[in-house]
Amino acid sequence: MNEIAKELLKEVSGLEEMPKGAYNIRENSKSIARQSSENIEIVSKEDKSGIDIIVKPNTKSEHVFIPALVSCGGVHDLVYNDFFIGENADIIIIAGCGVSTGDSCDGSEHNGIHRFFLGKNSRVRYVEKHIGVGIGTGKRVINPVTEVEQEEGSFMEMETTQIKGVDSTRRFTKAKLKDNAKLVIKEKLMTHGDQFAESKFEVDMDGEDSSVNLISRSVARDYSRQTFISKINGNTRCVGHSECDAIIMDHGVVSAIPEITANSLDATLIHEAAIGKIAGDQMIKLMTLGLTEGEAEAKIIDGFLN
Amino acid sequence: MLKLENISFEVENEKEILKDVNFTIEKGKFIAITGPNGGGKSTLARIISGVVKPTRGKIIFNGEDITDLSITERAQKGISFGFQQPVRFKGITVNDIINIAAGENITALEASHYLSEVGLCAKDYINRELSDKLSGGEIKRIEIATIIARNSSLSIFDEPEAGIDLWSFNHLIEVFRKMHKNKDASIIIISHQERILDVADEIIAMVDGTIIIRGAKESVLPELLHCESPENCMNCHDILEAKII
Ligand SMILES: Nc1ncnc2c1ncn2[C@@H]1O[C@H](COP(=O)(O)OP(=O)(O)OP(=O)(O)O)[C@@H](O)[C@H]1O
Ligand SMILES: [Mg+2]
Repeated sequence: MNEIAKELLKEVSGLEEMPKGAYNIRENSKSIARQSSENIEIVSKEDKSGIDIIVKPNTKSEHVFIPALVSCGGVHDLVYNDFFIGENADIIIIAGCGVSTGDSCDGSEHNGIHRFFLGKNSRVRYVEKHIGVGIGTGKRVINPVTEVEQEEGSFMEMETTQIKGVDSTRRFTKAKLKDNAKLVIKEKLMTHGDQFAESKFEVDMDGEDSSVNLISRSVARDYSRQTFISKINGNTRCVGHSECDAIIMDHGVVSAIPEITANSLDATLIHEAAIGKIAGDQMIKLMTLGLTEGEAEAKIIDGFLN
Repeated sequence: MLKLENISFEVENEKEILKDVNFTIEKGKFIAITGPNGGGKSTLARIISGVVKPTRGKIIFNGEDITDLSITERAQKGISFGFQQPVRFKGITVNDIINIAAGENITALEASHYLSEVGLCAKDYINRELSDKLSGGEIKRIEIATIIARNSSLSIFDEPEAGIDLWSFNHLIEVFRKMHKNKDASIIIISHQERILDVADEIIAMVDGTIIIRGAKESVLPELLHCESPENCMNCHDILEAKII
């Protein structure tokens, strides 16, 4: 692994050395290090690039690390990862993707297709960080597709963060929930320059008393553009909530497009969106505490995305 | 230490909100500003802290003309201002704001101290976000705690009593008394509360953008209420009780 890859690895997953337990590290379209644990098995797919992660029922408090790195320009990575989570298992998945163009002018791209199959009453916390680095002029692109199928009583929390360096991203997250299944998605996004980011969600609540809570906080600076699309279908007695909170700066543009459909009288669906520049009174308050304009702005943005 | 010279504030096509306001506050003094709603009290506080610029007049702070200084520069020179309506933030915590106010990283214990001064149990609040999930009284107390944490030479509080329950109010009065013991620091409190006025060295009454009288409570209240002896008058008693001076 070269220095860029090491740096990316640290940024996206907090790892400085090989972790304990199960992991798979992917660099430039190849799996370069892998370990299974007693309860979590990682195997290569036979028909395409990618892995199956199989978690035994009742596995408790284990971590799986699956960072993917593109450490040189010109790589266009495409990967399929499937997660099979056994009944009653309770695990944390640390994913993340770092793309670098190095100093080349060829773009780098990572397209990951992740599918999650959560068994009854299982719990998953999925943490994913995306970054782009490199001084090369090529575009850094990450297009993640996530599909989630949740059995009865399962719980999934997804935390996704993309703070800098990715020029273009189209994220598509799709979920189907059975009885009592719960899905929580927290998305944090900041775009700069002329970056573009689209995040699209499509959730079907098919089971009684299932629920989804989708929270997006984002900042669009410079000339960057973001689109947030949330499509939530309540097909039975269920609760759905989505919230898009965005700060625009400079010439940033943000659109929030909700599409909530109640196909049942007992579905309760709420969408909230607030887009605007940093509130003037927030700046003033922090300046009366002695911060400069720049410091006040940085504090507000940091807090907002923290 | 603070001197206002002919301060006026007009907004276009509106009435004059402040008209030729002059006053001085000496080091170590505690002044209360009172008067009817819309009289210009908050506007005056905003002008002193730099949030708005006066259309005429000068502000002298510790001998220096600060009329053209920014909010930040004034804050750094030692002016603090607790808002009538505290600002809410998504993602900034109580601990963050107290640290910002203190101007350095302080220990959790020190931060807790400022919260207990305003009657908040630190462990319940220190990690809370300053979002709209905090109640009106809670955010108001946190606002006051940040001003205490700043420990600056001039502290301005705009209606600190608003929304604060009775028990905490008694404690708050003690906090102001304690701050007043510091002979290097001056305090301006805008208030409609007779008991806060009691703690002040002097009271200023503002009506329609002018100071109509300044002096001890005994001389200011009769003037403000147009009554010779407000303490013994049924009508004024009701007004004082209702805290709508
Ligand atoms: N920027 C502005 N534009 C127009 N009118 C203003 C502006 N700022 C203040 N005013 C008006 O000036 C008057 C004084 O307002 P100010 O908030 O200073 O009163 P106050 O004495 O603090 O009242 P209260 O006791 O209700 O807090 C009010 O009539 C208010 O509407
Ligand atoms: Mg006011």
